[in-house]
Amino acid sequence: MLEIRDLEVYYGVIRALKSISLRVKEGEIVTLIGANGAGKTTSLRTISGLLRPHAGSILLNGVDVTQLSPRERVKEGMSHVPEGRRVFPMMSVLENLELGAFLRRDKEGIEEDLTHVYERFPILFDRRKQMAGTLSGGEQQMLAIGRALMSRPKVLLLDEPSMGLAPLLVQEIFNIIQTINEAGTTVLLVEQNANMALQIASRAYVLETGSIVLSGEAKTLLESEEIKKAYLGGK
Amino acid sequence: MGQFLQQVLNSISIGSIYALIALGYTMVYGIIRLINFAHASVYMLGAYIGYFAMTYFGLGFFPAILIAMVLCTIIGVLIEKIAYKPLRNATRIAVLITAIGVSMLIEYGMMFFVKANVRSYPPMTGFLTKTFTLGSMTITTQQILILVVTIVLMVILQFVVRTTRIGKAMRAVSQDRDAAELMGIDVNSTISFTFAIGSALAGAAGVLVGVYYNSINPLMGMLPGLKAFVAAVFGGIGLIPGAVLGGYFIGAVEVFVAGYGNSMYRDAVVFAILILVLIIKPAGLLGKSTREKV
Ligand SMILES: Nc1ncnc2c1ncn2[C@@H]1O[C@H](COP(=O)(O)OP(=O)(O)OP(=O)(O)O)[C@@H](O)[C@H]1O
Ligand SMILES: [Mg+2]
Repeated sequence: MLEIRDLEVYYGVIRALKSISLRVKEGEIVTLIGANGAGKTTSLRTISGLLRPHAGSILLNGVDVTQLSPRERVKEGMSHVPEGRRVFPMMSVLENLELGAFLRRDKEGIEEDLTHVYERFPILFDRRKQMAGTLSGGEQQMLAIGRALMSRPKVLLLDEPSMGLAPLLVQEIFNIIQTINEAGTTVLLVEQNANMALQIASRAYVLETGSIVLSGEAKTLLESEEIKKAYLGGK
Repeated sequence: MGQFLQQVLNSISIGSIYALIALGYTMVYGIIRLINFAHASVYMLGAYIGYFAMTYFGLGFFPAILIAMVLCTIIGVLIEKIAYKPLRNATRIAVLITAIGVSMLIEYGMMFFVKANVRSYPPMTGFLTKTFTLGSMTITTQQILILVVTIVLMVILQFVVRTTRIGKAMRAVSQDRDAAELMGIDVNSTISFTFAIGSALAGAAGVLVGVYYNSINPLMGMLPGLKAFVAAVFGGIGLIPGAVLGGYFIGAVEVFVAGYGNSMYRDAVVFAILILVLIIKPAGLLGKSTREKV
């Protein structure tokens, strides 16, 4: 479904990604974990086209999208929930969701998906006329996810959806990600909360200062001593 | 009382012009955080296009203002494509200096082509020459025309920005460019569209001012441009209602300072207001100091 080959990304002269490769198969939840500054956000921004790689390629369903604009990647079925949620603060919840369907023309399908999003996040329905900037952090995260779903993505890229949320809410967000995945959307999940991410993912990659240092089945990684020490706060 | 009402009436006319120009400043600022100094030159070009349409082609007011708006739209988009787009990732100061350069180029280029002398707009004909008296007030048809044209344009603008696809794209890009891009919005064409709308409004303002004051010259945009900019800052730069409010406010300040005080202080007061706003409420009257919520 999504395949990244030997991706190199520079910020000026600083090499932020050093030839990373990863793949996400259809229907999977794959997680990319790593500490602050490891390059997780850089990876997702490059995959969705906000950043241009220096080298390497990105394939979506066998199509090389490396040279495509973010807009064209959305058309190909990619949807990115950016770090920090990035909802449009001075637009209503409804307008935010409608913007998620910006490239679609099928009015009925959009209405249908809007209903689905409201079913999944009833709080968004209650707040549909409220400015997104006045929502709480958790509500904004739900809005950001709902907005991303409005393009009917084949693959959803999530950048630290648990950031800054209370533990109970984190659990809820992870449950939601799981149900979205069960409904047929492939997920690439970037997280610092390795413990939670590994519990819902099938496979995982570990990123360290721009390189993938470890990868494998999520279950295996959960048990690995190395991971426990570095990312799970265990002894 | 009569004099007061007359001043209010005059403020509305001049305020409408400032508001129309301020809208272009504020929308462009909102979308690319650039104070587009070339905007005032587009306003001047609008005045000249209207002038030529009326004198050399014998067109009436309405066709002339439409032509001015269309040509200014094209000019505004070209300025963006040629001068600003290549600098999309440059520092803001570089773009700002470019904007001042473009403005100089247009104004002095225009001086080269049409000479520096002041030209007078052709006199209005037919019903456009009428004046009405209301008690001790005199209302000219031009004043009514300015107000009606301004209101119509603002209603259209509001409609476009609030309800159309491209209007929503404009608001999205101005609130968060990356997020807008992730929605599949074409940021470049949205920016072009913003310049197009702002320039059309400036073109209209140019023709209206020609009709109202009757005289135009290649440097006519400088002072009104700065004042419209003050108006945009006063209302809260980046905010459409702010520009309208600011435009009428600055218009009123000017007219009343000249009417009850001394017309020599008119411009000084406007710029004193700019300084005060920047000190007391830099986000402007309608602006919030902080918007982002983490
Ligand atoms: N715009 C930028 N310009 C220069 N360097 C940058 C820029 N953005 C990120 N970096 C650097 O690239 C590296 C990777 O950053 P990135 O944001 O991808 O990390 P991350 O894994 O998402 O971290 P976090 O968990 O804190 O979000 C860091 O060293 C960071 O300082
Ligand atoms: Mg990050």
